Amino acid sequence: MNTVYFNHRRRRARGKVHVPTVTLAHGGGGKAMKDLIDDVFVEAFDNPLLAPLDDQARLDLAALGRQGDRLAFTTDSFVVDPPVFPGGDIGKLAVCGTVNDLAVGGAVPLFLSCAVIVEEGVAIDFLRRIARSMAETARQAGVQIVTGDTKVVNKGACDKIFITTSGIGAIRPGIDLGPHRARPGDIILVNGLLGDHGAAILCARGDLALETPIASDCAPLHDLVATLLAAAPGTRFIRDPTRGGVATVLNEIAEAAQLAIEIDEDLTPLRDEVRGFCEILGLDTLYLANEGKIVAIVPPEQAQPALDAMRAHPLGAAAAVIGRVVAGEPGRVTMRTVFGGNRIVDMLVGEQLPRIC
Amino acid sequence: MKYVDEYRDRAKAQILVREIETLAAGMKIAEKRPLQIMEVCGGHTHSIFRYGIEGMLPKSIELVHGPGCPVCVLPMGRVDDCIAIAERPEVIFTTFGDAMRVPGSRKSLLQAKADGADVRMVYSPMDALALARKNPTREIVFFGIGFETTMPSTALTVLQAERESIGNFSVFCNHITIVPTIKAILDSPDLHLDGFLGPGHVSMVIGTAPYEFIARFYKKPMVVAGFEPLDVLQSIWMVLKQIKEGRCEIENQYARIVPDAGNTLALRAVARVYELREYFEWRGLGSIDHSGIKMRAAYARFDAERKFALPNVKIADPKSCQCGEVLKGVIKPWQCKVFGTACRPETPLGALMVSSEGACSAYYQYGGVKRQRDDAAIEAGAA
Repeated sequence: MNTVYFNHRRRRARGKVHVPTVTLAHGGGGKAMKDLIDDVFVEAFDNPLLAPLDDQARLDLAALGRQGDRLAFTTDSFVVDPPVFPGGDIGKLAVCGTVNDLAVGGAVPLFLSCAVIVEEGVAIDFLRRIARSMAETARQAGVQIVTGDTKVVNKGACDKIFITTSGIGAIRPGIDLGPHRARPGDIILVNGLLGDHGAAILCARGDLALETPIASDCAPLHDLVATLLAAAPGTRFIRDPTRGGVATVLNEIAEAAQLAIEIDEDLTPLRDEVRGFCEILGLDTLYLANEGKIVAIVPPEQAQPALDAMRAHPLGAAAAVIGRVVAGEPGRVTMRTVFGGNRIVDMLVGEQLPRIC
Repeated sequence: MKYVDEYRDRAKAQILVREIETLAAGMKIAEKRPLQIMEVCGGHTHSIFRYGIEGMLPKSIELVHGPGCPVCVLPMGRVDDCIAIAERPEVIFTTFGDAMRVPGSRKSLLQAKADGADVRMVYSPMDALALARKNPTREIVFFGIGFETTMPSTALTVLQAERESIGNFSVFCNHITIVPTIKAILDSPDLHLDGFLGPGHVSMVIGTAPYEFIARFYKKPMVVAGFEPLDVLQSIWMVLKQIKEGRCEIENQYARIVPDAGNTLALRAVARVYELREYFEWRGLGSIDHSGIKMRAAYARFDAERKFALPNVKIADPKSCQCGEVLKGVIKPWQCKVFGTACRPETPLGALMVSSEGACSAYYQYGGVKRQRDDAAIEAGAA
């Protein structure tokens, strides 16, 4: 069943929730559900496209066509534990994640959907906080949340809240990004300090009893990408190194491009706290997740303008060149270590697990 | 980062590498066959691969990655015992992270967790004790694993549980001890080791005296080494210098952490709670006398082995695995019949593919550069 928030055509008073927690009644399709949707989601997301409150958002094709010659369409689910962490929450993450997946393809993000699965017993105030956080992040990213769905499940059937967002963006004519465009000699850049999100989440889980000032880097990157593309129009390819970190993305790029990649450990920008955190746990910073970072491949002659443009942007102050594309064994990523040795940077097998000693 | 970057200095590394090259160049053994130096400890193996140290050394020096990864050498039967405990409905089974993936004969702890067992990753046995306080109606079992490095922490946790009269906490003791294992390796006939890097963190607990027999009876040099890459290089240099000068001594490179006498408080706690087993089974190496420890009868109520009925079945290592030969440096990981084919990090058959500290897993993950170099050399030889 596809339950849509907004199933009332006529102007009417918005429903209000008068209980402190979500119960299965809020997923039952009746008045309680309408009240929850009105009070929490419509209240936060309100915008003209959502206003008709129909089973679907209807978008003007001609208007879309004026913004580009191709549509970008993407989807992502968010299940982060804990749902609120230093630097953000699952709502902010759910908007940034999808916005960034559109942006790194060269698209201008425009519309999002938002499907929420809530565990019974969750506080209404918590839901409000997450919805407001989504609305605020969407405003920053210049996107509208135009359709959605809410389900309530039994306790234990999900972990507080799961969110799925899908997004549509428009790609301007002439923009063509893809790993197939990478050439030997191309330069690899990142827009700042790596691993903050992964480290912040691990710390926020609390079972390490480590107190750190590390906050998630979670941020919408559409503007940074636009800035980069303006300064370096020859940019070959952009990816956001989320799960699996920079190491995984570089492996995927090398594999897809059938080229080799060399990076230099000395050049990878890292916060001392994140390095220290990884030292203690025996984790590798290169595999930590990022939520506000891009890896960009640019032709050598545009590397400096690209770097300058990113550094002038608030989300790129610590941008750096970390390596280059070379003609070596296809799919291979190697790193010159701080110590002067060389090693392979492979895909992670499973999850990174802290080492015994 | 203070106290870390100093030990990773590239310029100092180059000076050391040149010194090592000079030392190795003048050595007679190195002309006939490569000098084999074994790092006993998995932490060293990790550093060697993480920083690409092997590729910086002259070809006349070969590092043999020893048995010092406690996760890797745990036999399948013991993992099955873990899972039997973990699958009891009253049990919360707590473990260090990298023990989660070790395969038993049927499954790993990670799979047991997915099948519904309450398995939780902790960072210290004290976390497990805290869970026991918080969940008085559940049985909390801590998976005690590791060499002398982690032994004191489980011993002290048991003593703390005794002080607080916590009845729902126990340790499944799989601790192993390094010295009998080094001796077993030295007694093995197909071995050509020329020297050892001694395990730094084990030595922080036991001191350097227990290794004296290596120098005295087996006439092999050993240098107790730290874990930063400069520590490892300097220790290799110290081993070479001993060989060059015809000395066989136990030297301590890691003096900033390792007191020659060890840590008496830690040793006292270990001696109070644990005693030697007659023998213990190692994956890849078989049964080694006096290489494991168990809990003393006085602490039986904290001993998961006594508290729960265990299948305690011996499972033979898969026949195709050549872990033992790799452990002893007889063959290189990629020379094993199943390396990278049937045995891969996502589906490990052999011990050494299990943890990131295992030699095979490290080669698989980091080692391609060296391997490529060797393969190229083989191809050039064939041509």
